[in-house]
Order: sequence, then C-alpha cells, then structure tokens
Amino acid sequence: MDVLYILWLRQVRRYWRSGSRLLGTLGQPILLLLALGYGIGAIYRRAGEGNYLQFLVPGIITQTVLLSGIFWGIIILQDKRFGFLSEMLVAPVSRTKILLGSALGGATISIFQGILVFVLSVVFGFRPHSWAAVGPAFLVLVLMCVALTSFGAAIASMVDDFQGFQGINNLLVMPLFFLSSALYPLNNVPTALRIISTLNPVSYMVDALRHLLSNQAHFGLGKDMVVMAVVFVLCLAFAINRFNRIQM
Amino acid sequence: MTKSVISAKGVTKRFGDIVAVDDISFDVQKGEIFAFLGPNGAGKSTTIKMLTTMLRPTSGKLTLAGHDVTRERDSARKAFGIVFQDPSLDEELSAYENMELHATLYGVPKADQRPRIEELLKLVELDGRRDSMIKTFSGGMRRRLEIARGLLHEPRILFLDEPTLGLDTQTRNLMWNYVQKLSHEKGMTIFFTTHYLDEAEDVAERIAIIDHGKIVARGTTPELCRQTKTKTLEEAYLQLTGSTLRDETNADYNALNMKLSARNRKLR
Repeated sequence: MDVLYILWLRQVRRYWRSGSRLLGTLGQPILLLLALGYGIGAIYRRAGEGNYLQFLVPGIITQTVLLSGIFWGIIILQDKRFGFLSEMLVAPVSRTKILLGSALGGATISIFQGILVFVLSVVFGFRPHSWAAVGPAFLVLVLMCVALTSFGAAIASMVDDFQGFQGINNLLVMPLFFLSSALYPLNNVPTALRIISTLNPVSYMVDALRHLLSNQAHFGLGKDMVVMAVVFVLCLAFAINRFNRIQM
Repeated sequence: MTKSVISAKGVTKRFGDIVAVDDISFDVQKGEIFAFLGPNGAGKSTTIKMLTTMLRPTSGKLTLAGHDVTRERDSARKAFGIVFQDPSLDEELSAYENMELHATLYGVPKADQRPRIEELLKLVELDGRRDSMIKTFSGGMRRRLEIARGLLHEPRILFLDEPTLGLDTQTRNLMWNYVQKLSHEKGMTIFFTTHYLDEAEDVAERIAIIDHGKIVARGTTPELCRQTKTKTLEEAYLQLTGSTLRDETNADYNALNMKLSARNRKLR
C-alpha cells in the first residue's frame, strides 16, 4: 500500500507543480466548447435537434481525458530515457506494482481534468440532466481514465523515442475522437461512419457519460458499461504485459 | 575464513549471436573494494547489469550476500545499493522526495525514514538543499545524492557503474574518499566499474581486468604487474588488452557497442 501511495504521490506532485501542463491541457477543451458549443450550436438548434451544448459536453469531457490519459504515457517514456526507470525497476517491488501506482497517479490527474472541464461547462451554460446522476457519471469517468492511462502506458513501454510516441498518439487520439459519437449523433450519419463509430470504444465512453449527464443515449447504458468493462480489463492487461517486457 | 559477498560462477550473457560476457567467475570478500577495469564494450556494464538484476544471465550463477540474483531476486535487491552510470533521479522532485520514494520502495519503516534521510543528506553535504528540486542541482551534487540514496536501505554492497564520468577532479576525489570511508568504517563491500586506470589503482584493493567478455587477469596492482612482468598498471593493462583502438579493430564490438547503447537508451 505504501509503495502504491508513494508512486501515486510522485505523479500528483509532479503534475501539481507544473502549471503549464495544467493550462496546456485545458486550452483545447475550452476552445472546443466555445467554437463548437456556440458556433455549431446555432445550426444544431435550427435543425431541430435541441441544445447542442447539452449534447456536446460529455464528448468534450471524454476528449479531455482521452488526450491527457494517453499522453500521460510520456512520463514513462521520460523515465525510460532519463534514467529514473532504472531506479524503480531494480527496487524490490514488482513491476506490476510500479505500473499500477504510477498509472493510478496518471488517472487521478485525468479525473481531475475531466472534473475541471465539467465545472467549466456548467459555467458556459451546461446543465446536468439530474444532479443525482453526477455521482455515477464520476464513476464512469474513473473507469475511463484508468483504462486510457493504462493504454498510454502500454504504448510508452513499447516505443523508445518521443517522436515515435507523438506519432502513434496522433494516429490514435485524433481518429478515436473524431470517429466517435463525441461530436455528432450517430442516427443520421452515413453507414460507413456509423459502423466505424460503433466499433470505436470511445463512442461507448461518450455514450455512458451522455446518458448520465444529458439523458441522451445511443447504445444504452447497459451496453456502454459492458464495452467499457471489457476495454478496461484489456487496457490494464495490455499495460501490465508491455511494462513487464521493458528491457533495461 | 573469509566469506564472499559477491560471487559469480561461470556467468555468460549472449545477445543473439554476440557473447557479451563469456563464462566469467569471481568472488568479492566482505568489506573489499573491487574494480572491474576494461575498455569500452568489454562487458563491464553487462556484468554489473546482471549483478544488479537488470539483465538475466544466459547461464551461470550469481549470488549477492548469499542470495541468488535470479531465484531470490527481491532479497538480492535489498542487499545492494547502486549508483547507475546515467543519472537516475527524478528531476521534478526535491532531494528529500527522491530519498523518501527510494526508502518506501525498499520498505524502510516510516518512522526510520526521516532521521535516516536527514543523516545521509548531512553526510553528503546536501542537507542545505533538502527541499530543492533536482533540476537545480549540478552534476556533482546529483552524484552525491545518488550515493546517499543508494545507502538509504543500508545495503551490504554498493555498486558503482562508471560513477565518475563527467565529474570534475575535486568531486571525483571527494567521492572516492567518501566511498573508501564507507568501506573501512562500515565494512561495506564496494564493486565499481571504470575505464580510468588511476581510479582502479588508487581506490580498489583488487582489480579484475575484463576484455572481450572474459576476465583476462586479476589481483592487486603489484600482482598484475608481476603477472605481466611490467612496472605500472598502465603497462600491464595495455599488454593485456592491446593498445589498438577498439572501434577500429573489431566489427563485432562495434555492433555490440551499438546494441548495448541502444539498450542503455542513453540520451546524454
């Protein structure tokens, strides 16, 4: 327990001290909220679809934790490149524990950012469908953040340089976001796009949050939770497997 | 009867077709300062990585304070402290936080952590910088802190992998004086690798010269001179390892060096 705590604390301390990282990751959601929420919102309403902000906010929260979760992996890459990983890996502690403590720290940072975006959205005019559902939505957020952080850790364990990591991420994060149900309802999109979005696990994360926060759902909460549970287990197993294979 | 604290028997490490360490055996006694001396790519780092559980030997047996490094890995890990060749501190944490993290990873009881950390920081003269971030530390300060950190869990063995690379003469002297004191006063066993002859000669009580993955000679400086019928350690060393530059003579060693440095993932 002490070991998990100190590894978690390391991540949180580092994050808390780096103001630029905090601001950097909030810039994009604010931009998306303003440009899309208000820009597209007018057309959306005219098309008879209702309030776009109510639809969009769960998507923006997901985008925030998708980005910060996967990009958190860069810390593992830094540890690898700048030597601190050696210090942790020769300690009499299992690698799985090192990964879990660190990833939980990373997930905590993502959760914090997700909450921050939620609060910002409320300032911008978003109203949760029911305040009682905010608690369950938080649990969904936790599940998502741990899964995505683990995924980032797995990728960072496999690559050796920052450019490679950046490249893989751009190739992954952007499509995962744009080809999901984050920005548009899946009802009226072309079949090809609908198929891709239905196969994209991020759609189910957005859908669960949207169900709880805005009372709008495409797949239904049951299906969302099943997919998320599977993704959670797969991401964690993937990360543990890759982290255990890092060569020193 | 003396008891060996570090023992290697027939240890070999292969990377694919390349044999980095070839059937080496040696023993280091309690309280001894032992140096592994050899040119670049000779197998020094691979040996120290196997000793410190970072690499698994392809064959052979390694024990630290009686613990087999592959079968009783965690007990072996608690028995040694290490100063890595490359810097290994978290730059965005303070000196104290780096020490605290290490103490927790090694299971030092909470109540003992603070007094022990403060004592060690005083010892390496960093108590005044206890709460400064590592990114504000000079190379010498970092090295001192790494030594202090390596001693935090009171290991019986201290490994130093080319510990003076990039340090100025003052810091080097200070560091070695301190390491010698540890060995003499606390009976700590010191194992270090170097390619500086003067360090091996001045600091180590016994030297093993390693080349092409094999130990080619071992003993005290006078013994090595006697074995090679030379007058100085430098002459003995050159006679044993040849005076040609490694990189130009052997393509295999180029490949090995490249492979090893890729493994080390060095940036600096």
